[in-house]
Amino acid sequence: MTKHVAVAGAGLGGLRAAEQLRAAGHDGPITVIGAEPHLPYNRPPLSKELLAHELLDGSGGEDGGTDPLAALHQRVAFRRRSSIADVTFRLGAAVTAADLPSGTLTLADGDTVRCDGLIAATGLRPRRLLNLPGPAGPGSGRHVLRTIDDLAGLRAELRAALRDAVPLEPSPAAAGRSPRPAAGPAATTIAGRPLPRVVVVGGGFVGCEVACTALSLGCEVTVVEPLGPPMLRVLGAELAAAVQASHERAGISFVIGQAVIAYTGQDRVTGVVIADGTDPGSARIPGGPASGGHAVAGAVLPADLVIEAIGSIPNTEWLAGNGLDLTDGVLCDNKLAAVTGAYAAVPVTAVGDVARFPNPLFDDVPRRVEHWSMPTDTARRAAATLHAQLSGAPLDPAPFRPLPSFWSDQGELRMWSFGSPGLADDVEITEGDLRELTGGLLATYRRGGQLVGSVALNLPPLRHRQLREALLK
Amino acid sequence: MRIEVDFNVCVDHGQCAIAAPDIFRMDDEGHLVFNPNPDASLRADAESAADACPEQAITIFD
Repeated sequence: MTKHVAVAGAGLGGLRAAEQLRAAGHDGPITVIGAEPHLPYNRPPLSKELLAHELLDGSGGEDGGTDPLAALHQRVAFRRRSSIADVTFRLGAAVTAADLPSGTLTLADGDTVRCDGLIAATGLRPRRLLNLPGPAGPGSGRHVLRTIDDLAGLRAELRAALRDAVPLEPSPAAAGRSPRPAAGPAATTIAGRPLPRVVVVGGGFVGCEVACTALSLGCEVTVVEPLGPPMLRVLGAELAAAVQASHERAGISFVIGQAVIAYTGQDRVTGVVIADGTDPGSARIPGGPASGGHAVAGAVLPADLVIEAIGSIPNTEWLAGNGLDLTDGVLCDNKLAAVTGAYAAVPVTAVGDVARFPNPLFDDVPRRVEHWSMPTDTARRAAATLHAQLSGAPLDPAPFRPLPSFWSDQGELRMWSFGSPGLADDVEITEGDLRELTGGLLATYRRGGQLVGSVALNLPPLRHRQLREALLK
Repeated sequence: MRIEVDFNVCVDHGQCAIAAPDIFRMDDEGHLVFNPNPDASLRADAESAADACPEQAITIFD
């Protein structure tokens, strides 16, 4: 009997899941369901080259300052392989509920989809700073960056701010690499007009990438991070501090150990109120939001634009009520089958950012891994597992032990991470000089003496192969 | 099988050379060189390389 597989999520993970179902031998119908109206696209350029693309040359966006979404999407859309030419993409409506005993999915537009097997690939949504005093919502100048639509909104406001501030002819700032005036409240362009002031809330990888891109566009950029130097959890204290120093030399300001407690401004953000604290949103606000005004204690960072990059939340609510463990993503076994207990239902596997599974490369603790390599690797195994479950074939007995990896381009720095540096209890700088990162640096991460990760800064790709092989031993 | 690389977006991350060393390699200057017409037996490697490319610069034609 022909079995219908539904893939919930039409990002990188959903696309790879469909491809790998075909590669595994599934010849029945496949429906990929996506919340966004766009075919699958590559997200990493959204904080880097696509954010900066043609923003300074004065072209595009004349009509109200927004880009045609289709043109932006075209630049990052994944190519569609012939093997999935017959896959149905059901776009623009998220799956809002699932009834696994009957294999019925409910979509945001009220439609239902019946399936015999399900792959969960619904990915992440950005965490938001909720209930802070001050402007909020569309048009407030507060942005997140996850989707093409987020990007278009951010680009429109950046373009407008740059037009107000940067003279197009001649355009010393447009080169993006010319020496910048020292960061500070009085920084101006040569023409005497103020630079657009961008505050990035969150010093993780996305926050740092956006900060570097905004700097290259000629903005005055400040990163606010309560927990410590940027990317601390992955890089470790020593390297994180060195990367911060490198970014500071390039012209980015960092406010470390302070949390955002409010925004100033009426309809639009004019500033970010910061105060001592480590948990954004929970800092005590004198007078409180109920006092009506924004009479809060704390320094104010002037801001024309705010980008909130404070992490992500897995989209799993739609799976509730089916006996799955959705504590943090979808709990899976090592073969990426969702752990269901004794429960009669259509089989479910999980792919990408939502899959929480044990990786014997490190230990037996199930974890989610938000690294770019994971959707591709997990899709291969999750599709093979689901196909075996549907066809009655034996499951592949080999343990699934993918090597997580991701990269981050930040100004002059190109970082590649292999393994799970965040698990380490010991970090050693095994090559290079922390004061001169652009010359090449290798950090080696160990836990209990065992190698668990490597971070390479500005090292040639040939070295990456050795780093990968050492971790896979 | 035919392979194209979009050099407008390739920035020499070199991950293809790790995934498919029989098709892609980095030259002494760190730039990508590749065989545009590899043997069909290398199909799986070529697809892994295309998947691993951060810039999604690699296209495979049948």
